[in-house]
Amino acid sequence: MLPVHLQFPIRGGDFHSAGEASSGMKKALSKLGVDPSAVKRASVAMYEAEINAVIHAGGGEADVEIFADRVSIVIRDHGPGIPDVGLAMQEGWSTAPDAAREMGFGAGMGLPNIQRNADDLTIDTRVGEGTALTILVRFHRPAPTAPGPEA
Amino acid sequence: MRLCDCVDLLAAEVLVPAKDMETEIRVACGADLMSDAMAFACSTNEMMLTGLVNLQVIRTAEMMDVKVLVFVRGKRPDPTMVELACEKGICVLRTSNPMFTACGLLYQAGIQGKGA
Ligand SMILES: Nc1ncnc2c1ncn2[C@@H]1O[C@H](COP(=O)(O)OP(=O)(O)OP(=O)(O)O)[C@@H](O)[C@H]1O
Ligand SMILES: [Mg+2]
Repeated sequence: MLPVHLQFPIRGGDFHSAGEASSGMKKALSKLGVDPSAVKRASVAMYEAEINAVIHAGGGEADVEIFADRVSIVIRDHGPGIPDVGLAMQEGWSTAPDAAREMGFGAGMGLPNIQRNADDLTIDTRVGEGTALTILVRFHRPAPTAPGPEA
Repeated sequence: MRLCDCVDLLAAEVLVPAKDMETEIRVACGADLMSDAMAFACSTNEMMLTGLVNLQVIRTAEMMDVKVLVFVRGKRPDPTMVELACEKGICVLRTSNPMFTACGLLYQAGIQGKGA
C-alpha cells in the first residue's frame, strides 16, 4: 500500500482553488493515521509552498510521496525563480503583489515557516526557469496502517 | 474557557456551530496576515481571530488545525467560505467587536496567546 504517490496541479493566480493540493495531502495523511503534529507540520509547510507557487510563479504542480515514516513533498513551478535565496529566507522579506496582500499574504513569513516545519528543505531555483521546493517531514511514529520497520 | 462562554463574551453570532459548544478554549491567536498566523502553528491554537474575509482564511485554519474562527468588526464570510468551514469541521463566529477589543475580552477572561 505504501508508498502512496499523489499528484496535484496548482493553478497560478487562482485564489479560489489555492490550498486544494495541501488539503488533499492533509486528508491522505490523516486517513493513514499519521500523528497529528506531523500532519500539521506537513500541511502548513506544503500550503505555504503552494501559495508561493500561486502568487509568485504562475502555478505549477505538487508531487507527494507518503512512506511509513515520512512524507516527501515537491512543489515545482516554472516561474521567475528566486534571485537571492538567502534574502528570500529572511523573515519579513516579500515581493508579493497587491492582489496577494489583499488576500492576507505578503508577510514574508512563508519560506521561514516552511523551514521551521520541515525536517529537511531543499530549494532548487533558477532565474527565468522556475523553482522546486522539496520538503521532508518525518513522523514521530510510523503510520499505524503501514507495516513498521520491524514488521 | 468554554466555547459557548466565548460566544456570550464576544456577543458573537454562530455561523457554523462546533460539534461540542462546551469544548474548552485555552489558546488563541489574532492575525490579518495568514503567514503570521502560521508562524505560530507549532503550538496549539484552538481559536483564531481575524479581520480578513476570504477562502484562504478557512484554508489556513484547516492547515493549522484551528477549531474556531472568529471574524471581527462584523465581517461576514460568504456562503462558499461557510460551506468549506462546515466541511472541514471548523466552527465560525462573527462579532461586531474590533480586533483589539475582541482579543482583549478573551485575554481578560483567561485565554492565553502563545509564542512559537
Ligand atoms: N516559487 C517562487 N517563485 C518565485 N519567487 C518566490 C517563490 N517563492 C518565494 N519567492 C520569493 O521569496 C519571497 C519570500 O517568500 P515568502 O513565502 O517567505 O514570503 P511571501 O510569499 O512574500 O509572503 P507570505 O508567505 O508571508 O505570505 C517572495 O516575496 C518572493 O519574492
Ligand atoms: Mg509566501
